[in-house]
Amino acid sequence: MSGATLSEALRAARGGAVPWSRGLVLPFALALVWVWSVHVGWLSGPLAIQPERILLAPFDDAAGREIWRAIAASVLRYAGGAGIGILLGLALGAAMGLSSTVERASGGSFHALRQITLFAWIPLLTAWFGNGEASKIVYIALSAFFPVALNTATGLRNVPTSYREVSRVLSLSRRQEIRRVLLPAALPAITIGIEIALISAWIGTVGAEYAIGNGRGIGTFVSEGREQFRMDIVIIGVIALAATGYLATRVCRRLSSLALMRASGLT
Amino acid sequence: MNVRSVAVDRVVDRFPAVRRIWTARAVGHRLLPLAIPLIVLIAWQCAASLRLLPVQILPPPLLVATTAIDLIRGGEIVDGLRVSLWRIGIGFAIGAGSGLVFGALLGLSRTVEAYCGLTFRLLAQIPSLGWLPILLLIFGLDETLKFVLIAKASFVPTVIATSESVKQIPTPFREVARVLQLPARSYLRRLVLPATIPGIFGGLRTALSHAWIALIVVEMLAATEGVGYTMVWGRTLFQIDIVIVGMAVIGLIGLAMDTGLARIEQRLQHWEARP
Repeated sequence: MSGATLSEALRAARGGAVPWSRGLVLPFALALVWVWSVHVGWLSGPLAIQPERILLAPFDDAAGREIWRAIAASVLRYAGGAGIGILLGLALGAAMGLSSTVERASGGSFHALRQITLFAWIPLLTAWFGNGEASKIVYIALSAFFPVALNTATGLRNVPTSYREVSRVLSLSRRQEIRRVLLPAALPAITIGIEIALISAWIGTVGAEYAIGNGRGIGTFVSEGREQFRMDIVIIGVIALAATGYLATRVCRRLSSLALMRASGLT
Repeated sequence: MNVRSVAVDRVVDRFPAVRRIWTARAVGHRLLPLAIPLIVLIAWQCAASLRLLPVQILPPPLLVATTAIDLIRGGEIVDGLRVSLWRIGIGFAIGAGSGLVFGALLGLSRTVEAYCGLTFRLLAQIPSLGWLPILLLIFGLDETLKFVLIAKASFVPTVIATSESVKQIPTPFREVARVLQLPARSYLRRLVLPATIPGIFGGLRTALSHAWIALIVVEMLAATEGVGYTMVWGRTLFQIDIVIVGMAVIGLIGLAMDTGLARIEQRLQHWEARP
């Protein structure tokens, strides 16, 4: 047994030390094949662009240079929409998790609305709020709202009964019970809800920009690139949206966990 | 039954008047979930009847209901669903099938993990919505586009769940299997399948819900038929009633697929519990 585990552990350790170099083989090989087949003329159509064109696109012509302002506009929109959605989600989630009356009154409607694929809200929202900024912000807020509300409510409801009994034995006031017992106990679930919401809101940002199309934003940037058949712009835009989303969710995750820890008095 | 309600029952038995109040409260309790939909519906009907908002923005609920009946009778919904379910069926079969194979390879072989793991994780970072414009440029509005996008959306969660579940088979189990020199078939049947099926199935459920989202997205942005298209079509006609019916259909089908898979998941757990 120990021999097998030892060899396995060694292999795991070795595997953990080199995968970067070996993991890079495939992307480089694919890029080489791409460059070569464009060069030889095998590849035609929209993919027949030199990969370096993609990297130069953000610095080259006016359409490509737009990417920087597009990213800034998207991030700003994301911050606004996600902030609103998370706050509203926390509020409804807390109300549903703390009061069984609220839960009974709104739970059914909430879960019914949650079943609708988020993207399917866009036509209704554009009819109600127009093809502009308001629809986008509402849609982003909606994408952030559902996961936060759901996780906050279930997190608060699933606090073990023994914790509640302790607070009753200590005859804590309702306020103290919420602040000292329920909130800290539900914190992991709430944090997960916020993390999901941050990712969902970024996809919502790009989706709203892509579908609605007015104004500046990385989604609009990509969709305009597609209309002009500029594969370089589309690909750099998609890479930028994936990278920005990754960075933005990481930063927000850090900020939100700090804020929550402070709010629940854990720091 | 908790202590409080037993005490309440005792009081109620002695004083019938209390029973009436109590049952009235119980009825209220039971009707509570209907309160919000009812209030919304009444406010909605009032706003529509008083013409506070134009029909192009807020059609009255009755109009939505008759539109729903018309669309079902006229076959628009059934036709749209047939197209959509065909797309998701093919796309999901391709994506989940190849995802199972690739995920198992990724979980079982360190070489595959070392060479392909990083590339997979990088590409998985790009949401389906990001793939859509690239695939649109390559495939155009063709049906292939829908299959590829849905396959991609179901591929990623399946691979992650499969490779994780395979990796998480406890080492002692594998060692016992090695000591017993289990033949490959019973190794697979007795160890790998029971240990991985719950995890993989959870992944397939996620995959199907991602596939459904991808289907709606692609039908709304790049299609000429299907449930998602019906909705966008209603929007361009300024017929919000069609849009609302479309949303309801999308919600109901999504729910039906997910509960269906949840049922199968429960069955599988019973199967797994059997010796």
